[in-house]
Amino acid sequence: MSLLSALKISSSAMTAQMTRLNTTASNLANMDVVGSTPDGAYKAKRPIFKTVMETYTTDNFEASVKVNGIHVSDRPNAKSYDPSNPAANDDGFVFMSNVNSIEEMVDMTNASRSYQTQVEVMNATKKMMMSTLQLGK
Amino acid sequence: MSILQNPLGIHGTALKLREQRIAVLASNIANVDTPNYKARDLDFRSVMAATQSKGMSTSHARHIGVTNYQALEGEGMVKYRMPNSASLDGNTVEINTENSLFTENSMRYQATNTFLNSKIKGVMSALRGE
Repeated sequence: MSLLSALKISSSAMTAQMTRLNTTASNLANMDVVGSTPDGAYKAKRPIFKTVMETYTTDNFEASVKVNGIHVSDRPNAKSYDPSNPAANDDGFVFMSNVNSIEEMVDMTNASRSYQTQVEVMNATKKMMMSTLQLGK
Repeated sequence: MSILQNPLGIHGTALKLREQRIAVLASNIANVDTPNYKARDLDFRSVMAATQSKGMSTSHARHIGVTNYQALEGEGMVKYRMPNSASLDGNTVEINTENSLFTENSMRYQATNTFLNSKIKGVMSALRGE
């Protein structure tokens, strides 16, 4: 029943996009977390998507998607001179998080659009299933 | 008598293929953000042609031809789609193309359903003889 696997595939994509949205939300929420060392400051995270081949023969193809891990950004944390900050190190510097808010906003929009597309695919599939179930009535 | 030998005609096969194609297109749409994913599709025309040519041939005038509409196993029905523009992450899904093909495919699926419905209704009224 390919329509059922289409539903499963869409739901896997919804889960993946939801993880992406959650990661973006965490990044934006922790944008201002500073530290006295580069490792003490917050580092942006991003999910890594991977294709899961459900069926892959010459005549049929079904592939869902999963989150294969979280990538921690290795962009250097910016240093700023702020001796009054309780997190400042001996030289009076604090390290800012390496989150780029513009990048996160773009990613958020992208993820929510993809999520909406999945919802539409699911709705269309459901309609088709219903019409087949009503055959001959 | 063909309506009672094979009441649904070609539409049963068409429905099955349309359903398979929905799963393929849904896979493409699901993997729109996966790096290195290559979009695939079913070549509907050639699959349908392969399906129809697999009928049993008759060697005598009184033989009854059997058309095997169920034989879908063929070589290479799933093919890669050529993208209009390359993307940096190696993903070849173009969401506009996939969306429009998905919509087109579901409309055709509904059309096939409508045909099936009228076939069933036709057989029912023939059986009732009203």
